[in-house]
Amino acid sequence: MIEAIGLTKRYGNTVAVDNLSFTVAPGRVTGFLGPNGAGKSTTMRMILGLDRPTSGKVLIDGKPYTQLDRPLRTVGALLDAKWVHPNRSARAHLDWLAKSNGLPGKRVDEVLDLVGLTKVAKRRAGGFSLGMSQRLGIAGALLGDPKVLLFDEPVNGLDPEGILWIRQFMQGLAAEGRTVLVSSHLLSEMALTASDLVVIGRGKLISQSTTTEFVERSTENAVRVRSPHADKLGAMLVDKGFTVREGEDGALTVTGATSDQVGDIAASAGVVLHELSPQRGSLEEAFMQLTGDSVEYHAAETGK
Amino acid sequence: MIEATGLTKHYGTTVAVDDLSFTVQAGRVTGFLGPNGAGKSTTMRMILGLDRPTRGKVLIDGKRYHELHRPLRTVGALLDAKWVHPNRSARAHLLWLARSNGIPARRVDEVLDLVGLTQVAKRRAGGFSLGMSQRLGIAGALLGDPRVLLFDEPVNGLDPEGIQWIRQFMHRLADQGRTVFVSSHLLSEMAQTAQELIVIGRGRLIAQTSTEQFIRDATEDAVRVRSPQLDRLRELLPGGARVTDGDGALLVHGLEPARIGELAALNGITLHELSPQRGSLEEAFIQLTKESVEYHAHE
Amino acid sequence: MTLLAVERIKLFTTRSPWWCMVLALGLSIGFTAIIAANSTEGAMPVVASAFTHQFGLMVIMVMAALAITTEYRFGTIKATFQAVPDRISPLVAKGVVVALLSAVVGLLVGFGSWGLSWLIVSDRSQLALESANDWRHVLGVSLVFAAGSLLALGVGTLVRQTAGAVSIILVFALLVENLVTLIPKIGDDIQKWLPFTVANKFVLGEADSSGLPEGAGPPVPGELSPWGSLAYFTAIALAFFVVSLVVAKRRDA
Repeated sequence: MIEAIGLTKRYGNTVAVDNLSFTVAPGRVTGFLGPNGAGKSTTMRMILGLDRPTSGKVLIDGKPYTQLDRPLRTVGALLDAKWVHPNRSARAHLDWLAKSNGLPGKRVDEVLDLVGLTKVAKRRAGGFSLGMSQRLGIAGALLGDPKVLLFDEPVNGLDPEGILWIRQFMQGLAAEGRTVLVSSHLLSEMALTASDLVVIGRGKLISQSTTTEFVERSTENAVRVRSPHADKLGAMLVDKGFTVREGEDGALTVTGATSDQVGDIAASAGVVLHELSPQRGSLEEAFMQLTGDSVEYHAAETGK
Repeated sequence: MIEATGLTKHYGTTVAVDDLSFTVQAGRVTGFLGPNGAGKSTTMRMILGLDRPTRGKVLIDGKRYHELHRPLRTVGALLDAKWVHPNRSARAHLLWLARSNGIPARRVDEVLDLVGLTQVAKRRAGGFSLGMSQRLGIAGALLGDPRVLLFDEPVNGLDPEGIQWIRQFMHRLADQGRTVFVSSHLLSEMAQTAQELIVIGRGRLIAQTSTEQFIRDATEDAVRVRSPQLDRLRELLPGGARVTDGDGALLVHGLEPARIGELAALNGITLHELSPQRGSLEEAFIQLTKESVEYHAHE
Repeated sequence: MTLLAVERIKLFTTRSPWWCMVLALGLSIGFTAIIAANSTEGAMPVVASAFTHQFGLMVIMVMAALAITTEYRFGTIKATFQAVPDRISPLVAKGVVVALLSAVVGLLVGFGSWGLSWLIVSDRSQLALESANDWRHVLGVSLVFAAGSLLALGVGTLVRQTAGAVSIILVFALLVENLVTLIPKIGDDIQKWLPFTVANKFVLGEADSSGLPEGAGPPVPGELSPWGSLAYFTAIALAFFVVSLVVAKRRDA
């Protein structure tokens, strides 16, 4: 578990993180979202004891990072895959990491195998593709078999198979009861990966909730209905006070009603349904809705 | 329009691209997908005349790249956002590019504004974040107001707002009748961006089709059904349909949603949900490229 | 003309060319000042003010090599070839711009060194620019810089790496050409035909009645006349440059 309490970081006059409090629960993949400059990296760095909070604190299983005995056994992190000496081999890189935390050499082979780098373990890391570096970074994070894992943009540079692999991998770690915090800009990916979200903007907490709640709260829910008797059904729904729009393909989009309500009305009138799909907003829509005013700079809106 | 015909590239004994033929249409956003090492970058480089094909050819609006007069006015490309001299300012970088193709300096300011870099135009590009570099690369691609645009991983390093912006921007470019060719590994993003797909693996064409068709062909459709009388409905479904249970719902394979709806109405069963479930682009892609993946992580 | 402007923008919008130019001027003129200040035995001849041009030449060649290797290092070469896919014309334009700039720096080095010597020495009797040879000592620097920059540009284009190109040029010019004389019998004969030795002959060779004591100043071996030496050096430089153009045209960018 990670607990941030009133976490604040100032760089000179700039407030990067502003009285931020949140909890990351074990057993779930928690997404950490925010526009550029929201303070995500700074927060991650404070969790890992790389930056010192100006005020407030962040605890990992009840202790600040710096008070952890052999921290790699408690917390594993992948912040930047390129933090590897280019002339050192993948194995040598993991070897010294393992040594520094009193971990046995065979654990290095285990994690290399886990991320699929066994065959290239002796090659110098400088020659790795971004995808391979990313896997090496993940291997490093897993070395101490930690209960808490932090990932910053983990799918960066991975190909589709790698992306799928890391998503399932993170969900597997969470299922084992570990705490997994993932920061990413790829919302369509995060919608598939994270079951909880911590969203920040300009250093402040915007939302902490499950992904489903987050999306439902800030987007409009609708139901898509297709029926051979669409006109009749549409009129009935309007009578009940719901808003109905007819699309080009003849399908109705009903807002203000749940699919259960629409289904009940249809059944009561004996109307045949060909489709009755609840439409959920996307994580992206919800995110844009909530962070709209905390974006650092905007690209010009219109094209030529 | 981009047309590749029998495009082949050997590096020594390695075959990076192998007899590849495809067409990228104008007016659509076409995604270019493939696992690592499939030959996407090599193909992009051959389109731009940076690498010479061992065999075959690739034409842009009927011409080879090096036959284009002032090519930046026909083709704009973002291959790698870091291809900028770190000590040169963003504006100077665009200025020499513009000058080389007789593009007025006024256009440099226009594209800087378009990508939202006006305020940092005089700062050295080496100090830019990945997202800013990406915007600079996009500005460079747009400089000549080209009819054909190539992007390699355009959302790399962009934040959610930037990602949404570039997606909408690419759609707008295609709507204006331009040819937009985008390579990316982010399938959930590509599913929203690309209308057409060209998929390659080990240097060969795996599929050229619309995104919708690609998903339909490679994945199985299912219908999610919820009802207060779920058990009765289950018994009414014909023998051919396969049914799996999920949190208070049925997942029905091999039966059209309309058929299920009619069956329910006929028997007076109330439906609370009847939604067709599409496979994802990711499932379809993994299914089709399984054999051509460079190396696998341990399961 | 457009491409010349493009290359000019590229060269002057980064810092390293400026540093190289300042360094080339500072080293050459600075060391000449030291020579002039120490020239107390007899009158300083014109040729003595040109000895130090070699420092500047090395720096100018580094600048020329950087002009192309940084394009490879930072990937801008792709943008260059995308913008002008025939490849030859942007590289020729770069050659012209770099050579002209080097010539200007050479001019400043030549006149700067001579002018500063004029201000420093007490006995100016041998320092007036009277003969064609005197003028060659001063103006020749500019021509050698121009040719040398093309040579370096050629090497840079072939090698594509800054470290590689710079070490090849410096090791060859400063070590190989001097150490070759250690080869018994033929060493001296080989040295006479090596490019930088020949270039040196053009700038420093056949000085009018030098006021220097015997053995002072750098040795000036060589079989060709001074102007023949320049032709020879320029031909070698152009050969490298042309080969590099052909290779760049054929190679994948």
